[in-house]
Amino acid sequence: MAKLILTLENTLVREVPLDKERITIGRKPSNDIQIENLAVSGEHACIVTILNDSFLEDMGSTNGTLVNGQSIKKHILQNNDVIEIGKYKLKYVAGAPAQAAAPAEDFEKTMILRPSARPAAAKPATLAPAAAAASAKPSMPPPTPTPRLVVPGAAPAAAPAAAVAAAAAKPGEGQLLAAVQILSGPSAGRELDLVKNLTTMGKPGVQVAVITRRPQGYFITHVEGVKFPIVNGKTIDAQAQPLRDHDVIELAGVKMEFFTKK
Amino acid sequence: MPDLSQALEIATATHSGIVRSHNEDSITADAGVGLAVLADGMGGYNAGEVASGIAVAMISAEARKVLAAMNGDMDVQCGEKLLLDQIVRANKAIFQASLNQPQYAGMGTTLVVALWHDNHVIVGHIGDSRMYRLRAGKLEQVTKDHSLLQEQIDSGLITKEQASHSQNKNLVTRAVGIDPEVEPEVHSYPVEASDIFLLCSDGLNDMVTDEDIELTLASLQANLPLAAQQLVQQANDNGGKDNVSVILVRVLRSFPARTGFVDRLKSWFR
Repeated sequence: MAKLILTLENTLVREVPLDKERITIGRKPSNDIQIENLAVSGEHACIVTILNDSFLEDMGSTNGTLVNGQSIKKHILQNNDVIEIGKYKLKYVAGAPAQAAAPAEDFEKTMILRPSARPAAAKPATLAPAAAAASAKPSMPPPTPTPRLVVPGAAPAAAPAAAVAAAAAKPGEGQLLAAVQILSGPSAGRELDLVKNLTTMGKPGVQVAVITRRPQGYFITHVEGVKFPIVNGKTIDAQAQPLRDHDVIELAGVKMEFFTKK
Repeated sequence: MPDLSQALEIATATHSGIVRSHNEDSITADAGVGLAVLADGMGGYNAGEVASGIAVAMISAEARKVLAAMNGDMDVQCGEKLLLDQIVRANKAIFQASLNQPQYAGMGTTLVVALWHDNHVIVGHIGDSRMYRLRAGKLEQVTKDHSLLQEQIDSGLITKEQASHSQNKNLVTRAVGIDPEVEPEVHSYPVEASDIFLLCSDGLNDMVTDEDIELTLASLQANLPLAAQQLVQQANDNGGKDNVSVILVRVLRSFPARTGFVDRLKSWFR
């Protein structure tokens, strides 16, 4: 289960498990997390937890809510986010690693959230359809004699976190940059940085090739036209051809050089 | 039966991805009848493959029969009903199979099915398999997922940008074969020559941004099979966490429905 670690000037005040769908933070005693400090509004912020996601929302506080130094109104909490309210810091720690119950992969599989399981009433005021999620039932579990689905105990937490982080990372980041320089024809000398995943070049309707940027490097592939591109004097076939530093490409009568940049 | 093979060009690609050992997606597409079906199965062991397989096989076989029987003499509303009926039938078949066979308990599938008829595309979907359209270089999502995330976006709880970081991506609110009843969503849209339609499983749009999908389709539209293969490759290059399937359909020319005998007779005397 995810939790918040509340600290004041680097001293631990307490840990708060996010065990309720909605947890409120503020100066008034009615809050789940009460912070008695004048910089904190009576009803300052709240955290709504739906399965693996926790949403932080500022409730229109006077002095605002910061996450990792940025002022926010609404925010999906990511592991190790630091929420600042007044002088207090609340560190969000995503749930413990998934239990041995099932392989991590299973948590990424598509699951059905059964409409019948969604309560119609009892929705919190501002964040409406959320309530239903708590009763989500994955259709994955081992075969049972009936199609009714088994509810797993606690919502699995940490396993997908890594996956999401990986998926969010933009491909090719930190990868070497490459460019082509035109060697012949009217635009000789021009340079074109290959910053996109795909860069097409040539004359549409006559001859076009695409240079793709992949984790393993750059590749050239024929797209259209009767003639195929020539790399270092050899005509390539329909397969993608890896490009190396200083390869010379001939395309639609124009010569160009592929080179990598430091 | 009208033959659309001169009006539509189709390319498909499907791959199990990098992480999964088997492919639970099923696809079929036929330019001649103007039909494309894509299903992303779910359920333990091989049940996901079974569910998506039943959906695709049944819908394509039955739709062909009905289309042949009508011999092109149908309107767009009729086409919508056709898809609706076939989805309901497939739902019954999968639900029955899951009741009869313990190893298939709880299996289901998401689905997107499209029928091109009379200068329209009729699209039915359930769950988070999608249809996109590229028109004049711009990519637009045609279907709206039946998923928890989409409901959260609709209610203003989260933005699309935040949704891409959510950990609840895999929760669908509707699927084929889970319950005795199913609620398909079927709509029709006019098409234009040179439109490109993309049907895909979430293995594509979870791994590749809409911007990159648009870039790929726009820049490789001259070579549809290469575009399909590049989309799958990008999903795998980005991690390939799920099975990924794509069906690309390009509209080459307009395809008005042949008017019936009576209509033709009337137009003679006008």
